[in-house]
Amino acid sequence: MQYLVSVIDDKSNPGSTDRRPAISAFNERLIAEGYWVFSGGLADTDAATVIDNRGEQAVFSDGPFVESKEYLAGVWVWEAPDLDVALKLAAEASKVCDRKVEVRPFL
Amino acid sequence: MSDVEEAITLAHRDEWARVVAALTRRFGDLDIAEEAAAEAFATAVERWPADGVPPNPGAWLTTTANRKAIDRIRRENKRDDKHREAQMTYDDPPEPVGAIDDDRLRLIFTCCHPALAMEARVALTLRMVGGLTVPEIARAFLVQGATMERRITRAKAKIKAARIPCRMPSADDLPARVSGVLAVLFLVFNEGYLASGPDTDPVRHDLTTEAIRLTRLIRALLPQDGEVAGLLALMLLIEARRPARVSAGGELVPLAEQDRGAWDAELIAEGHRLVRERLAAAAAGVAPGRYQILAAINAVHTSARDIRDTDWSQVLTLYDQLVRLDPSPIIALNRAIAAAELDGPEVALAIVDRLAEALAGYHAYHATRADLLRRLGQSQQSRAAYDRAIELAGNTGETAYLTRRRDQLQ
Repeated sequence: MQYLVSVIDDKSNPGSTDRRPAISAFNERLIAEGYWVFSGGLADTDAATVIDNRGEQAVFSDGPFVESKEYLAGVWVWEAPDLDVALKLAAEASKVCDRKVEVRPFL
Repeated sequence: MSDVEEAITLAHRDEWARVVAALTRRFGDLDIAEEAAAEAFATAVERWPADGVPPNPGAWLTTTANRKAIDRIRRENKRDDKHREAQMTYDDPPEPVGAIDDDRLRLIFTCCHPALAMEARVALTLRMVGGLTVPEIARAFLVQGATMERRITRAKAKIKAARIPCRMPSADDLPARVSGVLAVLFLVFNEGYLASGPDTDPVRHDLTTEAIRLTRLIRALLPQDGEVAGLLALMLLIEARRPARVSAGGELVPLAEQDRGAWDAELIAEGHRLVRERLAAAAAGVAPGRYQILAAINAVHTSARDIRDTDWSQVLTLYDQLVRLDPSPIIALNRAIAAAELDGPEVALAIVDRLAEALAGYHAYHATRADLLRRLGQSQQSRAAYDRAIELAGNTGETAYLTRRRDQLQ
């Protein structure tokens, strides 16, 4: 079963910026143990563009789809047998990247 | 009640969780397990009066429920049949063994998974492990039946969608998980001991009994866990006072005014045994947790033949220990009540007044203040505090008691 692990940062109280080496090491381990599917950090929400093409023509708007203190800073996709395994890894992941993470199963 | 009806009631109490647990393990699906268990009991109600009660009701119910589940799966022709078909063929239903088996504990740990909201854990535990009906659980927690149904359905859906496994957590997860299980059981117990609504009995015996039964289950499986022993002792010592807790007129009777002769001596003896066991462990260097300390406080209360014999300095020492573990304002409030006995109402009132901000919406805060002010002869302020406590208290027995105390003020 695949799980999306969202890394949540906080604009008013952001996590530390020196996490890259620790995250790389953690990713190596995820790969070695067969959990890693995909991961990536995201540019700041300032770089986001929202497109709505449900009407007559596409409307482009500058900025994220929702303005909030908390925002999505990166994602992992893991393959794990069940939620307990995913939660255990997620607890480590939160420490490694010094941010909150959300775990959600894919359908 | 006829013998057969009694046998069915007994089987429901003793076997429901085991049947649900065995089916959950076999079919990996709470819905199927629960529906099949319910069908098996319905079949028992139909058949036992004519055929007689089977020699081993638990085995009969498990076998019947297994058949019902297989019928249901075949009928519904589910997509992921292959997996289930394999289990149906190769996994013969195990005969129930002893009073407690790991299947049941597994089920409790599944229902109390940390990924579920606390209220969902409580509801699911009562439904799946306790066998309470949804309307019963809804009544106990004063929500609409439909709301409770949604809560349970949502929890089951999350278990399925997020793939929460139905298994015992590994040894290193256990301490973290057990504390959640104990919190759920204590919530159930407290709701039974001081029911929170005006439309329910002041004391819900069914809930306190169920919480104690489930805690005994955990105790039998984790006999070395000090907090499990502590919570069981705590529940037993509180439950022991139940017969003296509500007057004939339906008014709640506070500890100081209870008829101690009406307390349940057997429960007290069992509770004291557990507390002594934990005191021995503490003497050997195992630091007690909050349930063990709360149990010790209740052991002091239940040791006194008369309220005047209560060893208040011991109670206060235990509260000081508890405050270090759990610096919550509610613990501080209870500590102040003990301090009033030892150091007088004036000292206690000063402590209580410092909690004003944190506990402004809590009825017991205002009731405690009202009592202290009354003892200090400040009738007018006492009356105002009683008014506020009555406004906030949900329990009819408690409201009746507070109203009488207020109306006695000069």
